Amino acid sequence: MKAVVTVTGKDSKGIIAKVSTFLSEKGANIEDISQTIMGEYFVMIMMVNLDELKGELSTLAKECATLGKQIGMTIYVQHEDIFNAMHSI
Amino acid sequence: MFTKKDVLETIAMVEEEHLDIRTITMGISLLSCIRDSAEETALSVYNLVCRKAENIVKTASDLSREYGIPIVNKRVSVTPVSLLTASFPEKAPLIGKALDDAACTLGIDFLGGYSALVHKGMAEYERIFINTIPEVLASTKRLCASVNVGSTKSGINMEAVKLMGEIFKRVAELTKEEDSLGAAKLVAFCNAVEDNPFMAGAFHGVGEADTVINVGVSGPGVVKHALEQNPYADLTEAAEIIKRTAFKITRAGQLVAKEAAKRLQAQFGIVDLSLAPTPAVGDSVAAILEELGLEVVGGHGTTVALAMLNDAVKKGGIMASSRVGGLSGAFIPVSEDIGMIRAAEAGKISLDKLEAMTSVCSVGLDMIAVPGDTPATTISAILADEAAIGMINNKTTAVRIIPAIGKKVGDQVNFGGLLGRAPVMPVHNSDSSRFILRGGNIPAPIHSFKN
Repeated sequence: MKAVVTVTGKDSKGIIAKVSTFLSEKGANIEDISQTIMGEYFVMIMMVNLDELKGELSTLAKECATLGKQIGMTIYVQHEDIFNAMHSI
Repeated sequence: MFTKKDVLETIAMVEEEHLDIRTITMGISLLSCIRDSAEETALSVYNLVCRKAENIVKTASDLSREYGIPIVNKRVSVTPVSLLTASFPEKAPLIGKALDDAACTLGIDFLGGYSALVHKGMAEYERIFINTIPEVLASTKRLCASVNVGSTKSGINMEAVKLMGEIFKRVAELTKEEDSLGAAKLVAFCNAVEDNPFMAGAFHGVGEADTVINVGVSGPGVVKHALEQNPYADLTEAAEIIKRTAFKITRAGQLVAKEAAKRLQAQFGIVDLSLAPTPAVGDSVAAILEELGLEVVGGHGTTVALAMLNDAVKKGGIMASSRVGGLSGAFIPVSEDIGMIRAAEAGKISLDKLEAMTSVCSVGLDMIAVPGDTPATTISAILADEAAIGMINNKTTAVRIIPAIGKKVGDQVNFGGLLGRAPVMPVHNSDSSRFILRGGNIPAPIHSFKN
């Protein structure tokens, strides 16, 4: 199972480190990562493999949202199927 | 494979444009619950509904988190209750209470199916059942009722139409302390569908599988946003934009419906491709019509704009889902759409224009407040007009009208939440009673004889 992690918000130091450490602790393996800064706005999209995830995807999504609040960012974790469904025929 | 742009677009749809799955509705057949007595039947109904839908709230919450798309309502629809109570119709309220209790236990929003299908004729047990609707809606919280009074195939049962005018008034009267809220939980149909996931008109048809999952998608805000990005598009292009957007919205619904069915051990029923508004700003069907170029909804051009919107939504949605059903189209409830509320408050939209709009959209006269002293026969006549549009045009039409007891034109009813608020709108004050009191049946139209 794969999921897409999206991190957006005002740019600050160490965002990638904090998010990737957290994901790694949960057993999520980052397969692809892309990041851009638009003005002061930070956008990072990661493809993560959850085959070795400890716990449920819904729990990870909740925990990441909480982490986002702590570091002043918005973090989404979504099953890749939603994007495949909506954006391909 | 999706791109970065696709990911951000999906998130923007949810964050800024109110994309959501409006409802996951589990349809449950109650035919196996019929017992010798009302008391035993009620117990069996309560137990079955609680068992079948035990995990609906948790599953919806899990799916919502996993896909990052809000799922607003969790609901249950059941076999029309009049079929369960044929041998003890005066005790039907016991079943109503059991269903309402089950809805509270499960933590779902609404449960639909306190219903009777009398489009061709009304048995005595059905008349007694329908007469229990007012007290049941007044004494329950989450139960919804519906009555089918006509169909293209069988014509319009004017005896039922006459009765329903009185029932709407009685429900409103019994709940007048809450702005006649009971009437918001009651709908009368022509051509009712058996797999509708939306309330108040959801029931689980007898032709359906034992347990099914039907999903209603929404997203007026997403459609409006897509049109805003192309302010100079001609109407051919605008229709294409709506189609493409409806496709994406429906695909999300299809994914959720299939996964929910799997987890809840039910059959995947249908996706209902409806643009269902809410009173929230940015979640309005009226705003789409205004974005297309109307100064205010209700003006000339409204019917054609709605016709185009409704058709484009269906075309995009049908491509996106393997099974489409329910009502599928744009809803135009007055109290649940901020654009419609504003137009009604400003006197820019009338009951007559709303009736015209219902000939091209998916449902009917929905969540419209009228003066509390409107005669029952006038309400029946409004229902009969609406049923005629459905019967002749081979489509579902419905009336969910609120006779606001103690209120007059210019006053307001306010239900809060998704049901919203509505200004009391004027009705024609001419007398239709002689026509309604004739009773009988209006024969099925010639084009229904297709065999």
